[in-house]
Amino acid sequence: MTSAVEAPPGSRVQLRLLGGRNDGRLDSHLAQHGRLPVFDANQIVGLARDAGLTGRGGAGFPVWRKLSAVAATGRPPVVIANGAEGEPASGKDRALLAYAPNLVLDGLQLAAMGAQSAVLYAPAAAHRALGELIAARRGAGLDRVPVRLVAAPDAFVAGEETAAAAAAAGKAAVPGDKLVRITEAGPGGAPTLVQNVETLAHLALIARYGPGWFRTAGTPDEPGTFLATVSGAVAAPGVLEAGYGVTLGELIAAAGGATAPLSAVLVGGYHGGWVPAEAALPVSRAALTPYGGSPGAGVIVALPRSACGLLETARIAGYLAGQVAGQCGPCINGLPRLASTLTDLAHRRARPGLPAEVDRLARLVTGRGACRHPDGTARLIHSAMRAFEADVAAHLVGNCRAEEKR
Amino acid sequence: MNRLHVDWTACDGRGLCAELLPELLTEDDWGYPVPRAGMNVPPALEPAARQAVDRCPALALKLTRVSAGRAPASS
Repeated sequence: MTSAVEAPPGSRVQLRLLGGRNDGRLDSHLAQHGRLPVFDANQIVGLARDAGLTGRGGAGFPVWRKLSAVAATGRPPVVIANGAEGEPASGKDRALLAYAPNLVLDGLQLAAMGAQSAVLYAPAAAHRALGELIAARRGAGLDRVPVRLVAAPDAFVAGEETAAAAAAAGKAAVPGDKLVRITEAGPGGAPTLVQNVETLAHLALIARYGPGWFRTAGTPDEPGTFLATVSGAVAAPGVLEAGYGVTLGELIAAAGGATAPLSAVLVGGYHGGWVPAEAALPVSRAALTPYGGSPGAGVIVALPRSACGLLETARIAGYLAGQVAGQCGPCINGLPRLASTLTDLAHRRARPGLPAEVDRLARLVTGRGACRHPDGTARLIHSAMRAFEADVAAHLVGNCRAEEKR
Repeated sequence: MNRLHVDWTACDGRGLCAELLPELLTEDDWGYPVPRAGMNVPPALEPAARQAVDRCPALALKLTRVSAGRAPASS
């Protein structure tokens, strides 16, 4: 699914994680990058901090802070590489585990320094190849900390941090209450560190080439590259890599270009936000915050003008409502109601106060779950109501702007 | 200052907390507690808050100390 293209000069589309042979083989990996240098746990925290490495799973939290929180407990941690990728519009973790799994496993060893065991949490379909690789690396004396594979169910919330921790502890892969942070005590009692597989792969490169090198990509505030999954109305959908600050135009061009005039772009994923289809808009937290969005896990979906953004958002909201873990009342009840209310608007079943009711329900569920599933769903819907304001007005009088463009 | 915390995985919307702490909590469309403004508990309401915590049948309501300078948990 990787559509690595030759980047035009000056473009921020550049390959680091996916810059090798991408065959997943250990010999190719060692030929390209060599063995992992040895660092102690403090040095690894320092590398992550100096590089400004942030989590690539969506939340963008500074890696060094989680590393040092776990180290501060003084107890042996459980360290989990999270490759669950429950987000349907994202394919980057799957691509990374197929094409550059050795970088992920290197990074896991770095993060698991001092741990007794480490976990690679990934979809069962990837386990055979990963299991063979883990055995080969162990045989070659590369990995001091043994790595255990845990199957990630194909569910949206299974990739949430506490869900991953629960699965690694042998429990159901559903989010847990966060009164006690898992970095202090996870579901099995041990301090638990969960990092996205892409984050760990970046850490493996930082350990070899240094924080200064890492910062030569991206922006001073948001350094490094990220994997983007570009889909929708583009000629060559797939996984790309670019520095933060890459423009939407550059990413869409690298994915073969738009196949139709675009009305909006979904950035960040199903918990992300709709932004205008402006080619010059940078994909960075700084540039996307005004739209209520963030680069998230690097999802980019191009919406053609012939498709109705409200219908598309209602479809996603319906999917998200079906993906609730079934634990938290406001989410169990609120998300289906929110999705069906938005669906009424999307299908032009207008009634007085419909947009206000969508807004009220989105606010009502926010912050009222063990995880951010309700918050993320509400964020997406709020962004849709802003980005498709003119469509909302048209739908309320029985028209659809997308229909007129067909 | 203390702060209310709802373990949403345990709360089943019995509604006692909103009855005992109407100053801070109301109920949503399905009977689950909603903060009126925030979850911080003013000192004057501490006894009522403790009572609500103690009487929650699902043991879902907790009172936590807000220590200065500590950021809320990240996701």
